[in-house]
Amino acid sequence: METVLVGVDQGEGSTRAVEFATERAKRNDWTILLVHVINWSPYAMTTNAENAERHKERAKEIEFAEQNVIAPMRSIVDAAGVPVETLVRHGRPSDTILDLAITRHVVHIVVGRLGDSGLREAIFGSVASRLVQHATVPVTVVP
Amino acid sequence: MNVHTLLPANVAVDAFNGFSTWITSVVFYSPQIPGTEVKVPLIVVWLVLAGFFFTGYLGFMQVRGPRISVDLVKGKYTRASDAGEVTHFQALATAVSGTVGLGNIAGVAVAISLGGPGATFWMILAGLVGMATKMAECTLGVKYRIINPDGSISGGPMYYLRDGLKERGLPRLGVGLSIFFAICMVGGSLGGGNMFQSNQAAAQIVSVTGEEDSFLAGREWIVGVVFAILVGAVIIGGIKSIAKVTSKIVPVMGLFYFVACVLVILFNFGAIPSAIGQIFSGAFSPEGVAGGAIGALIIGFQRAAFSNEAGLGSSSVAHSAVKTEEPASEGFVAMLEPFVDTVVICTMTALTIVITGTWREGAGTVGGVGLTSRAFETVFPWFPLALAIAVVLFAFSTMLSWAYYGMKALGYLFGNSAQAETVYKFVFLGFTILGSAAALDHVINFSDSMIFLMALPNIIGLYLLARVIRATIRSYYERISTGELPQVPEHERF
Repeated sequence: METVLVGVDQGEGSTRAVEFATERAKRNDWTILLVHVINWSPYAMTTNAENAERHKERAKEIEFAEQNVIAPMRSIVDAAGVPVETLVRHGRPSDTILDLAITRHVVHIVVGRLGDSGLREAIFGSVASRLVQHATVPVTVVP
Repeated sequence: MNVHTLLPANVAVDAFNGFSTWITSVVFYSPQIPGTEVKVPLIVVWLVLAGFFFTGYLGFMQVRGPRISVDLVKGKYTRASDAGEVTHFQALATAVSGTVGLGNIAGVAVAISLGGPGATFWMILAGLVGMATKMAECTLGVKYRIINPDGSISGGPMYYLRDGLKERGLPRLGVGLSIFFAICMVGGSLGGGNMFQSNQAAAQIVSVTGEEDSFLAGREWIVGVVFAILVGAVIIGGIKSIAKVTSKIVPVMGLFYFVACVLVILFNFGAIPSAIGQIFSGAFSPEGVAGGAIGALIIGFQRAAFSNEAGLGSSSVAHSAVKTEEPASEGFVAMLEPFVDTVVICTMTALTIVITGTWREGAGTVGGVGLTSRAFETVFPWFPLALAIAVVLFAFSTMLSWAYYGMKALGYLFGNSAQAETVYKFVFLGFTILGSAAALDHVINFSDSMIFLMALPNIIGLYLLARVIRATIRSYYERISTGELPQVPEHERF
């Protein structure tokens, strides 16, 4: 069974992307890999107190993402009866999705056009456009 | 008997001053080398000997290991599934922010003015051997760290002294040394890590705002109050953004300082060979240095030990928060800390002072920062202001680091009692204000003694645990060299 990776966040574009991918996955017998990436850099400067708390903070961030980002998206896929796997990762969203596409051998990437971080994307370019430029598999950007 | 001695407060102050004088004379006991005027502080010998011992005992990891260190910092051994945890880079950067500071700017200038250019050579050598001590203490810091009930991590000499020595069958000694260490760290955090920083920063601010004409001249306490408000906002108010901003600005300042040094050196391009010549000739046959080569050596060693803190155990607390299954991996990374601090940054300051010739003026009249400032002024007239800003920021970040170390040590002593912590925080801020207003020699000496006294229990512990350290590091080194622990493929890293 082939897998399609759907990158999601809290933006409305994500819902449309998941709906779009679910419909195609049902027809093509695909599995869906729902991925949410929490923006994080291994080179960010941190304080001692932050470091000591980091392990539990990370667990909290993941739990929050599971409940508020992944769960609602997953319910859309589950309702259609499409097999689904979910993943929450820390990292730079575009790079993390690109790496996962390679290591998980996905055949397709689907993302919403606009993420939930409008301003940052306006300045640094969106995750979607980086994926389109660098992905090794076809990418669908859902408006 | 006069009124003065009858007041209980004065009795306490006199008792403290007496105690401070006594402990300073013990910790910094410096016998004279017969036939010379050179005095050798035994604590420096203790620190540097540990460096030489671990350099040999661990098999010259400073030479064999840096490649592994750099690969670890680059994340070549970290899986993407661990993304979001504290990386090797972050642990190193946090620890370096705590160590790089006034010592790299003011301390080096004082050392060169006393020991001549040759002190640089010995300072670099001591920095290189300090890498081994740092590796040893940070490997143990990770190995014996504990995870608190709330999920946060605590590590450092308190824990490896207690739990490591318990494993060695010396539980009582371990508890004793760990308590001794923690008391010293609390004491040290108030003075050298706080009072002295606020004192030097206030002096800098006065000096760039017009010396005696400055509005702040004689009102240095205002600077102290501002510092106390900012530090208090972080440690009492829990306003993390201030600490976060500082943690981001300080590395930029460090880089700026480094680039400025390189520029000053390049502006004096023609003088480079002679400066290097002075450093080497001064190391073995200095002119006009009290005690000759031995004098230069002692001053250089002392400067390195004071600056990179290798052997004191303080930064082992910072390094122990890293995410890794391999304690030795953080040892390899921590080894880079004395390299960055002493071999790179201190050497840059030294070269700048030697190459511009300002070291001949002596630090007596202008002070350490002043001397460094003069060296930069020869090329960039606006530099004193930039340097003052850097000094203030370095001081602030050092204060935040030591407030953290102090709280960790106090937490160890009082079982993380919230009351003890609150009292400590207010005492800390009180010392911040006191430090800006007056250079209380007795308090600073007491605190310096406390900081260096940390080296006593810590290094005793390192010797007693030397076998554990060596086995841990060797096993890791071998598994890396044989490929048993391969690098993570590129797309599986974070």
